[in-house]
Amino acid sequence: MSGTEVGTRLPELVITATPTFVVSTAIATRDFQDVHHDPELARARGSKDIFLNILTDTGLVQRFVTDWTGPDATVRRIAIRLGVPCYANDTLTFSGQVVSRTEVSDGVSLVVEVVGRNSLGDHLSGSVTVVV
Amino acid sequence: MTDIEQAAREVTARGESARRRGRDPVNLPMIHNWVEAIGDRNPVYTDASFPSVHGGIVAPPAMAQVWTMYGLHGTRPSDDPLGAMVGVLDDAGYTSVVATDCDQTYHRYLRPGETVEVASRLESVIGPKRTALGEGWFVTTRSTWYVGDEPVVEMSFRVLKFRPKPAAPAATPTIRPQVGRDTAFFWAGTALGELRIQRCGTCGRLRHPPGPMCPGCGGTEQEYVVASGLGEVYSFVVHHHPPVPGRTLPFVVALVELEEGVRMLAELVDLSPEAVRVGLPVVVGFHRVDDELAMPVWRVR
Repeated sequence: MSGTEVGTRLPELVITATPTFVVSTAIATRDFQDVHHDPELARARGSKDIFLNILTDTGLVQRFVTDWTGPDATVRRIAIRLGVPCYANDTLTFSGQVVSRTEVSDGVSLVVEVVGRNSLGDHLSGSVTVVV
Repeated sequence: MTDIEQAAREVTARGESARRRGRDPVNLPMIHNWVEAIGDRNPVYTDASFPSVHGGIVAPPAMAQVWTMYGLHGTRPSDDPLGAMVGVLDDAGYTSVVATDCDQTYHRYLRPGETVEVASRLESVIGPKRTALGEGWFVTTRSTWYVGDEPVVEMSFRVLKFRPKPAAPAATPTIRPQVGRDTAFFWAGTALGELRIQRCGTCGRLRHPPGPMCPGCGGTEQEYVVASGLGEVYSFVVHHHPPVPGRTLPFVVALVELEEGVRMLAELVDLSPEAVRVGLPVVVGFHRVDDELAMPVWRVR
């Protein structure tokens, strides 16, 4: 693919974390912890509301990068550091840019730095290694 | 070595846990549910007719952990290293947990029909660390997913097990004064029930509010005298708006000329605002906020 130079910025991905989104992703990742689907219990445990689970964060980061690369890509690594929670009804915006580009035997290996921000701050930051 | 470090050493020495098999083989219905929920429209996960670089349908790599989640009624096996360290840290009072890092490496993508197993070992336990959440220990485990004996995915996963900070003391309803080098003597006095006036150590002039240097002689030596606490209202305002923490509106702030000749601001209490007038004789009182702080107030005498 073209446009993979170091410094290239990826198109933003904006996720509206509706309660339906939080719950359906938790269940689709087989995470049945009550803080991801039961607002009353989530509040009883000190959270403001139900919030996104980590498996979904990893999935969203994967989607953010492969939405940009297109289907002819192989994700090798996703490393994320977690920050503020993403509560139901918040908006999560992913941004990222290419920070490294290396020719490898099966294509070009890119490292993309990713940040996911919501109204509370940085929800996650990390990097994705993808071969295109 | 602490008990926690000793326990960590023992759990680390056990090495990798027994492999635990996912409930179902990698399968298309679960992939469909996942891509629908995540909103991922990449055809390589669902469309068998798509000319995929992967040569047929593959599971999303980020789903690796999903295949071996415990599910609705699952329980951790006794040899799970994270479960073991969580127990040790719970017992030591580090009762809360938050995930901090997740780092997954995909050696290859999984395909429908493959059976996945996972095994975990303890990588490190580091602490005690002071964090924004409270004192805690970082517990890092490394999990490997296998198909047969082939490692296909690896994950380093770090949590912080922490002792929640005690709740901050309830905010005092009074705005606290800024106490500095020049004013500490004044607030130490009010706490003792004394109204202190700064006196120049060079020329003896009284001054208020306190400051570092005498406006008369420029001297920087500081002393104080204890005032009688008697004075007269020199001027005042009735504060109606905006609301002030710890005050009931409206309230009166009076500038009082003390017998000693300096003027001082404080709240005038126990009198309706309509009754306040210039020249009103007052005496100081002390409103105790807590063990450390007492605020001077004026009362009619």
